[in-house]
Amino acid sequence: MALLPKSVSETRDLLADGRYLAGEALATSVFLALKLQRPLFLEGEAGVGKTEIGKVLAEVLQRPLVRLQCYEGLDLASAAYEWNYSRQLLHIRSAEAAGENADLASIERDIYSEPYLLKRPLLQALELSSEGEAPVLLVDELDRSDEPFEAFLLELLADYQLTIPELGTIRASEAPITILTSNRTREVHDAVRRRCFYHWIDFPGAAREKAILALKVPEAPGELTRQLVAFVQSLRQLDLYKNPGIAETINWAQALTSLDCIALDPEAVDTTLGTLLKYQDDISRIRGSEAALLLEKLKSETREAAPASDAAI
Amino acid sequence: MTDQPFDAEERLSDANLIASRVDGGHIRDNILFFARLLRAAGLPIGPQKTVLATQAVMAAGIESPNVLYWTLHSCFVTQPSQHDIFDQAFHLFWRDPGYLEKMLSVLVPDAPGSAERQNERELSRRLREHLIGTRRTQDLGDEGLIQADARETWSGKEVLREKDFEQMAADELKLARDMIQRMTLILEEIRTRRYAPAPRGGRLDPRRILRDMSSKGPEFLMPRFKERTTKFPTLVILCDISGSMDGYARMLLHFLYAITNERDRVHTFLFGTRLTNVTRALKNKDPDVAIAKVCNDVVDWSGGTRIGQALVDFNRHWARRVLGQNATILLFTDGLDRERGDGLDQAARRLRASCRRFIWLNPLMRFDRYSPVVAGARILARHVNEIRACHNLASLQDLAEVLSANGGSSASVPVEGGMVGTFERSNHGIRG
Repeated sequence: MALLPKSVSETRDLLADGRYLAGEALATSVFLALKLQRPLFLEGEAGVGKTEIGKVLAEVLQRPLVRLQCYEGLDLASAAYEWNYSRQLLHIRSAEAAGENADLASIERDIYSEPYLLKRPLLQALELSSEGEAPVLLVDELDRSDEPFEAFLLELLADYQLTIPELGTIRASEAPITILTSNRTREVHDAVRRRCFYHWIDFPGAAREKAILALKVPEAPGELTRQLVAFVQSLRQLDLYKNPGIAETINWAQALTSLDCIALDPEAVDTTLGTLLKYQDDISRIRGSEAALLLEKLKSETREAAPASDAAI
Repeated sequence: MTDQPFDAEERLSDANLIASRVDGGHIRDNILFFARLLRAAGLPIGPQKTVLATQAVMAAGIESPNVLYWTLHSCFVTQPSQHDIFDQAFHLFWRDPGYLEKMLSVLVPDAPGSAERQNERELSRRLREHLIGTRRTQDLGDEGLIQADARETWSGKEVLREKDFEQMAADELKLARDMIQRMTLILEEIRTRRYAPAPRGGRLDPRRILRDMSSKGPEFLMPRFKERTTKFPTLVILCDISGSMDGYARMLLHFLYAITNERDRVHTFLFGTRLTNVTRALKNKDPDVAIAKVCNDVVDWSGGTRIGQALVDFNRHWARRVLGQNATILLFTDGLDRERGDGLDQAARRLRASCRRFIWLNPLMRFDRYSPVVAGARILARHVNEIRACHNLASLQDLAEVLSANGGSSASVPVEGGMVGTFERSNHGIRG
């Protein structure tokens, strides 16, 4: 298990080791969450790297990753724990058969003990923590779960403990590193927000997006990366229904690279637009003349910029 | 939209911060004062958060203004919409302390520094109100300051009118509440994936069976059951408040108030020329306060309608956030569109595709021979699941029928009998 970072810049370096380029804002939030052992609540558009933070943290801090994907109707039985009913019944039957004259208390003690407990992600995370191996607990897409589950999560987030009526309270001696993410398909309740550090992850600026592409798709030609980032950045200004996230940019770069494109041209854009935009309205709006127009604009901008940079050299 | 990108990273460099001068002794006080400023500006900040912020600042250090900014940001901001307030408050507060004073004097129109004001970003109204409020306690009698400030907060382009509704009469309120109560009883519910104990029938509940057995003895092997619970689907209400809907606005507001407070998961939006989310404003114990708040928040009363634009706005900024869980949409409008249905076709189609049911409540339906002939209305009629009348409370009662009806995927125009049916049913209920 690696040591926790001691400052914001160390946090940034640490994330960079895991091939995640974070801005200062995000690095500060992550640092605080690690240092003060509070959950970190991340919101942002789809594909800006919310889930990735959890994975990267687990990797660079060398901790196990416990992931809970939320969905509507997620309940205790699938998120925290469940008793193994068939084993419990078997135990009672065999106790009967053996003729151990119904010592009720002992049977009850037996069937409500750990071997009969099925552990789901949240309980696993607490247990790993108690064993001195505090994991990264990633509660993904919390907005997809419903309010009762959020309410249940409150006890866990505040005290890192879980109460099982038949067994007692299970408490983590060391807090798991907890990351909550949300796409905002529903507003998460204030009570949850209050217990967390909050950060809204935005689309990266051109410079960072370029750096991310260089890191994630190193095989892409430099010129292609530059054009592609400029294209995506200007797409995000167009008020589309769904702006392309950084994940889509990476996919697009991979697609274009595998098609052996060296530079963007209207035809290449048209054929691969589906990897970048995921709504038919957006695609039909951009495909063809609009894409060609954008490309033309980008080219003229670079032509203007080029002599200037030559002069500077 | 409030979802501004957190772009302050670039702007920070020119902020004249004094963080470096704040040593351990004073930082606590400063954070406390800063928290109070934010709280007064409407951010939900309790003492616990202030403590957390102090701990966080101690942990992260105060060498860099940027780190201080983002440290406080992670503690105090819990919604993207709070970012702007925080940003302004931060830059006001953590500058040279004299600046706050200076800023206040700049806000006075006649003060010598008023030319500088042009360069300042427009301050948030809430933040400014607080600053002015603080100033007032120090400097009583400076009435001109307050008036000048209030005037300046209005931006000029559209003709914006505030609406003054009469207070909700007690019997009106009761009627509206009764109505909603009755509606709730027969509203359509959807099954969830959760279980609740059931007296008989349903699925076996092994946990309860075993608990009984272990407490009463193995011979008490009694079957116990559980079944799926149901809940009301999310309700999203889009209400037209343009001039042509004026006559119904009062009744509709009461209806919206009642339904927003009666049930969970109701999101309410008003639109004329722009779209306003009034859900939080409506959630107030006192109906008059709630409605006054709404009137205050909404700036396009009784103007024109841009239905298409409102729906496009809704699709872009809210649909993904509020339509997630099988929502039913109620659209209150007469379909009279200033822009002849521009952009309405696509927007309505998208809206229909992203909800469970899309119901159009049209006050013009009270006229017997009404048929949607105006461009906007014609387009809407193509996309909605149902059209219903909504010109008075009785017809709103009829809504109960609509919401409790199963399915209803094809567009249907109700017949006169629908309303009578509802009346009969409620009368019967009283007699029985």
